[in-house]
Amino acid sequence: MAEARVFHLKTPISDEEIEKLRVGDILYITGIMVTARDEAHKKILETLEKGEKLPIDLHGLVLYHCGPVVRKRPDGTWEVVAAGPTTSMRMESVEAEFIEKTGVKVVVGKGGMGPRTAEAMKKHKAVYAVFTGGAGALAASRIKRVIDVYWLEELGIPEAVWVFEVEEFGPLVVTIDAQGNNFYEEQMAKVRERAEKVKEELLSKLEH
Amino acid sequence: MSLSREKLEEIFYNFILTVATGIPEDVYNAIRKAYETEENPVAKTQLKAILEDMEVACKETRPICQDTGTPYLWIEIGEEFPIKPLDVEEAFIAALRRATKEGYLRPNAVDPLYAKNSGDNTGRFIPWIHFEPKRGNELKVNLMFKGGGSEAPSTLIMSTPLKGFENLYKGVIDAIVRAGPLPCPPVIVGVAIGAGADIVMSLAKKALLRPIGERHPDPKAAKIEEELLEAINKLGIGPHGFGGKYTALDVKFEYAHRHPATFAIGIITSCWATRRGSIKISPDGSFQVLTRHLRREGDKCVIK
Repeated sequence: MAEARVFHLKTPISDEEIEKLRVGDILYITGIMVTARDEAHKKILETLEKGEKLPIDLHGLVLYHCGPVVRKRPDGTWEVVAAGPTTSMRMESVEAEFIEKTGVKVVVGKGGMGPRTAEAMKKHKAVYAVFTGGAGALAASRIKRVIDVYWLEELGIPEAVWVFEVEEFGPLVVTIDAQGNNFYEEQMAKVRERAEKVKEELLSKLEH
Repeated sequence: MSLSREKLEEIFYNFILTVATGIPEDVYNAIRKAYETEENPVAKTQLKAILEDMEVACKETRPICQDTGTPYLWIEIGEEFPIKPLDVEEAFIAALRRATKEGYLRPNAVDPLYAKNSGDNTGRFIPWIHFEPKRGNELKVNLMFKGGGSEAPSTLIMSTPLKGFENLYKGVIDAIVRAGPLPCPPVIVGVAIGAGADIVMSLAKKALLRPIGERHPDPKAAKIEEELLEAINKLGIGPHGFGGKYTALDVKFEYAHRHPATFAIGIITSCWATRRGSIKISPDGSFQVLTRHLRREGDKCVIK
């Protein structure tokens, strides 16, 4: 990748802003990010399935694949201690439907997502971006406050839906854009090709 | 003064915080060197974010990663150590519960049959503890908080002896390629050979305790480590899969004597956020953290 372009986005994010983005771009987000992992995806889709309203309108917002470490302050408000991304691929089977039904514009996680999600992102104008996996303390330092939390009792801390107000949350690297490009798929195809040569070289060292 | 169980719990509690919030010296230096020498601009942004994360975690006593992992312990207990093994275990569990309750660790112990998180990082067989009896009167505890994501490449290969090393070399590359960005590279790779499946998986994980840059004392084993490291870093997966020179920070090889008919190979990786530490505790209650970590001193972070 060449030197990256940098974008600073504020929620709600529009389709026009999404269409400008390409894989390799770097984003910083200010506004509202909502967490959902495996169970929360299921919960949100079931709620919509039943024709009920979600506790928060997700149109134009940012979905974050994250199970944070949080603690309650003496005054009853929440402090986010660490909040890096979790592996996004676990949500591949439900993400396309999630994007279609909720209207989220940016999905943030780690490790990339598959062809169904990429297809849905092209169709519904959304992008997938990666936050540095493991950098949980750095992520927490960009979260200004917890606005709300849903299904905490039922799902527990890591799986609950947390609504974060964030400032300059990033750097995020776009790896799926709304044009159908999927950086990791292309990157890993090259890696697999290289791996054949690497293995040949390694085995030649064994023979003498 | 002799060591009480309460005092031991307090020592463990502080040690847990050090390991969860202070990246080990060798990992910090390896990431810093990678950042300084990486040329791929996107890979460099990832390494920079990692360094910033380590600083924030240290300055604000936050966990380095929100996945504070599964606690693994390798405990060497002297026969004359005044506190009995089960009391040592209970003291550690109490300290672990306290650190979890205070929000330094995420509750990560999930009952698989009843789909219930215990809420305090303890559960059936968790923390996972190996006890090793030793001569003498000291206690040495090696602690690792092992992230879940970096278990993704874990591989067991039951090779035939004739194809052993070939399968080992191929298997390591395949495991790293298959997992791609999932284990949060740059990773540390543990590889082991032995008689049986459980032996090699255990040894591969324990090998991750050895510091980056230290070569195995056996020259053949050291050569395996070097050759695998060089090969992995030619793959170009790089930090979080964005390419560049650093897919692995090191490879740690270990072996046990095998059975004539078997050649088991175990492969386990640890993420860049490798959190591990060692502490030595004496019968009088004095102790020494044997590993150095990025820790706060005044308003700065220093390796100590």
